[in-house]
Amino acid sequence: MNFNLTDEQSMLSDMLRRFLNEAYTHEVRRKLIAEERDFDGAIFAQLAELGVLSALFSEDQGGFGGRGADIMVVFEELGRAGAIDPILSSAVLAGGLIGALGNDAQRTLLGDIISGAQCGTFAHYEPQGRYDASYITTKVQKSVDAYVLTGRKSNVLGGAAADQIIISARVSGTDNDETGISLFIVSKDAPGLSIARQSTIDGFSSASIILENVAVNASARLGEEGKTFPAIETALSRATLAVCAEALGAMEAAKDLTVDYARERKQFGKPIGSFQALQHRMADMLIEIEQARSAVVNLAGHLSAPRAIRERYVSATKNLIGRAGAKISEESIQIHGGIGMTDEYALSHFAKRLVMIDHLFGDVDHHLERFIALSAAGQ
Amino acid sequence: MDLSYTPEEEAFRRDVKSFLAESLPPELQEKVRLGKRLAKSDMERWHAILNQRGWLAPGWPKAYGGAEWNAVQRHIFDEETFLAHAPRVVPFGITMLAPVLLAFGSEEQKTYYLPRILSGEDWWCQGYSEPGAGSDLASLKTRAVRDGDHYIVNGQKTWTTLGQHANWIFCLVRTDPDAKKQAGISFLLIDLNTPGVTVRPIVLIDGDAEVNEVFFDDVRVPAENLVGEENKGWTYAKYLLTHERTNLGGIGASKAALATLKHVAAHTVSGGQALSQNPYFAARMAEVEIDLMAMTTTNLRMISAAARGEAPGPESSMLKIKGTQIRQELTSLLRRAAGPDALPFLPDILDGGANMIAEGPEHAPAAAPAYFNNRKQSIFGGSNEIQREIIVKTLLRL
Repeated sequence: MNFNLTDEQSMLSDMLRRFLNEAYTHEVRRKLIAEERDFDGAIFAQLAELGVLSALFSEDQGGFGGRGADIMVVFEELGRAGAIDPILSSAVLAGGLIGALGNDAQRTLLGDIISGAQCGTFAHYEPQGRYDASYITTKVQKSVDAYVLTGRKSNVLGGAAADQIIISARVSGTDNDETGISLFIVSKDAPGLSIARQSTIDGFSSASIILENVAVNASARLGEEGKTFPAIETALSRATLAVCAEALGAMEAAKDLTVDYARERKQFGKPIGSFQALQHRMADMLIEIEQARSAVVNLAGHLSAPRAIRERYVSATKNLIGRAGAKISEESIQIHGGIGMTDEYALSHFAKRLVMIDHLFGDVDHHLERFIALSAAGQ
Repeated sequence: MDLSYTPEEEAFRRDVKSFLAESLPPELQEKVRLGKRLAKSDMERWHAILNQRGWLAPGWPKAYGGAEWNAVQRHIFDEETFLAHAPRVVPFGITMLAPVLLAFGSEEQKTYYLPRILSGEDWWCQGYSEPGAGSDLASLKTRAVRDGDHYIVNGQKTWTTLGQHANWIFCLVRTDPDAKKQAGISFLLIDLNTPGVTVRPIVLIDGDAEVNEVFFDDVRVPAENLVGEENKGWTYAKYLLTHERTNLGGIGASKAALATLKHVAAHTVSGGQALSQNPYFAARMAEVEIDLMAMTTTNLRMISAAARGEAPGPESSMLKIKGTQIRQELTSLLRRAAGPDALPFLPDILDGGANMIAEGPEHAPAAAPAYFNNRKQSIFGGSNEIQREIIVKTLLRL
């Protein structure tokens, strides 16, 4: 048993923290949000140069990492900085699927994703599907050497920043069958495809995507016809780890802001941090963050385990992170008082991200129910 | 990062499992599984079995008859013994006094007392808390006044767990009443058979007398029974408390309680289906299991940090708080699982001496007593509020 990071992972973590601390200030974040932009081109290019993107891919995919601990290290630091860059959608989701299922021609795209020259995303969840990863109703009509796609995708992360979009669609089965789902790589400019960007409450963006008779070549199909669900689930497990690690970084940041503020802010003639009612709440925050870190380590450490084990950790970790994230968010705001609710101050941004991460890839209730089902199935 | 156990550790786990399968007496196992009260002879019997295997004192050096296991081995041993429903080892001599003697005791004290702990000749209890000194332990008033080759001890200790079985007590006593409160305390070993000592049981909320009051009335204690230096007792006590707290995550005990809870919930019918199928009950069970999965890793991370030479500090306070919250939630769920059968109070069944059979499920008689008994978890060993103070002072530096 060994909880240590490799030298490379430690170096990347340190480097990333230093760089983001300097480059990704709260002012930068607020400016991007005000301008409804998904990233700062110069910072994104530097992140790619530092190896943030290549750390998320294995060597045979053109990267130098791709393991659970690599995802953990990168996203913890992105979370600590409050970075909104579409790294989750492009590298983890789209890149993960292409890396797992792509043929040689399709894998050339990985080079562009790793260099940051192009962004991808995964348009998967649908309006009526909530968190159900197999609820796919987007239709496919197949002709001799082409497919025509029709349907709607909702809350597509980083959808407006993507050059290439991986779309899931149903070739057979009923609405939430795990079999019968195919994947297609579609350019953002494809006729019949419309992408509507919306800012999310936590400073990121997502897109509603409508497909009306979008015609794609047979060569656009990613993976086997109708048999992509295991790869989708794997990609979502990696994405879940990413947002959980991001939440861990955001929790650390929110806690640090809160403790610092409690030391400085004076009421009744002394720092509010001297009041035991607040001290004990901060101690509880530390305990929950320690639990959150262990939950993230658990998932990172079992990311390559057999499916039944891995998915049990996915649901356990996402559930715990959802609970801990809400607690850290709410307690940080309360201990700060009014200032914690202002948009100008960084805390409100971390607080929002922490709570909204629970709305990605299944929330506390979804994953508690799923954990119970997976545990029962494993007995 | 690699979360799997090494082949050597897996082999060790197999050794422990097969030892337990061969050597754990079924009657003892059954008592523990059903949460019954263990007699002194039960505990002594299990200690003797472990001692014969050389496993009674996991952390002691081999030179003193210990197993000299590292923290991971101890974690594995703990997990397996709890999951097998083995009695827990009574900690006062083995894991509380012995580390202090090993670190601060004289050579004579080590060679005299340590073998007697292993053989069962001596049964130790802990004399820390007093009626006026609970969380504020350093305000303790029991006095020890030097009189030639002896100390004369006067005062009262309380909450002395299993003191009714003990023949020795290690005590914190005040030797310098004029010094600042932590500075005037010494660590003294007292033979409970000395004239002037009275042990009186306290019946607790669960109907059992697990703890005692111990009174000292002009008790003459040989000066050679002082551990380390006079007035340095607080340092030794703090060392012991840190040592104690690393074990207070209670992973093994909680894993065993979770396994019992799952078994009970699967075999309890509620509204025409297994209780484990009740979505509300299943949700609470799942949540505590998820918390325990994370805390197990927290514990292992701390063990790994300790193996790198980092001393256990405030992290053990975090572990104690979370660990006791999980333990208490598990005993609460076990109580609820028993339903109306949790109501009857059946001390004869808990003592295991009678042949009477309780109505309702076999786990029911212990459910409510165990729930009430385990309220102690967040009070002893430094209450959870004291642990928060430690976290605040050391980690938050407020």
